[in-house]
Amino acid sequence: MSLLGLYNELNTYLVIAAVIFGMGIYGMVTRRTLIGMLIASELVLAGSSINFMAFNRFTAPDPVTGQVFTLFIMAIAAAEAAIGLSIIIAVYGHFKSIDAEDTAQLKG
Amino acid sequence: MNPSTLASPAFFSVDGLVGVVFLIMVAITIVGGLIACNSERLVRSVAGLVVCFIGVAGLYFFLNSPFVAMMQILIYVGAVAVTISFAIMLAAPEEKKKIGPSSILAGPLGFATAALLAGGFAVLALRTEWPILKKLNDGSMKNIGLQLLTDYSMVFELVSIVLLVAILGALVIARQGREN
Repeated sequence: MSLLGLYNELNTYLVIAAVIFGMGIYGMVTRRTLIGMLIASELVLAGSSINFMAFNRFTAPDPVTGQVFTLFIMAIAAAEAAIGLSIIIAVYGHFKSIDAEDTAQLKG
Repeated sequence: MNPSTLASPAFFSVDGLVGVVFLIMVAITIVGGLIACNSERLVRSVAGLVVCFIGVAGLYFFLNSPFVAMMQILIYVGAVAVTISFAIMLAAPEEKKKIGPSSILAGPLGFATAALLAGGFAVLALRTEWPILKKLNDGSMKNIGLQLLTDYSMVFELVSIVLLVAILGALVIARQGREN
């Protein structure tokens, strides 16, 4: 296995996807602001999309399925970003902050 | 995977050049992801996200689907990243307070969780022997279009409705926040 032939290996893509997924999880846990968490969740979605595309290219009998699934993931991610950002703007209008710790009105 | 492709390509050849471009794309993806989840300012974080998505589009190109690569750039870089940067401009005040994780434990614990998950998935992927099945078609853009409007037409319509509802809901929620 050589460094320059890595692009033709399924395992390369799976490891890259796992790394991006891990970075997304790290960002979701450590970020303070809601927008930072949203950005990290986009990374998680990108990691899972790479996984689908890799299996689609190397193992799946029908190479259309993974591409269609990735397109649907993109559509759901766009919807999620639109809804999440409008909620964040509404939260900012109410609390004047997008810090996840300041939005604690129900806390006793 | 395929034994014939496991031979090491020479550096000064077409295959070697393709390998170098692939390594550059991987580097772009990883660096962009690191910027996106580590930078202190949200604007830089979005810029890192854009870089990461361009690298991911390059990876999709290597995975034999230029259509999905184009859609990745069009939707993620063109729409999602621009939406996020608009929200940052509308909502995020310049950080007056302390930046960084909320407690001392959040950083190491988050890193441990992420490393455990990523390492677990990577080891699982490397240890498994994935079966390789015979391809039914070539996965071209024509086949994607045909299947999207025949086999997956129900899902296609449902996603359209979800997008419509999401856009309307986003407008309503953002507007209510403004009236308050």
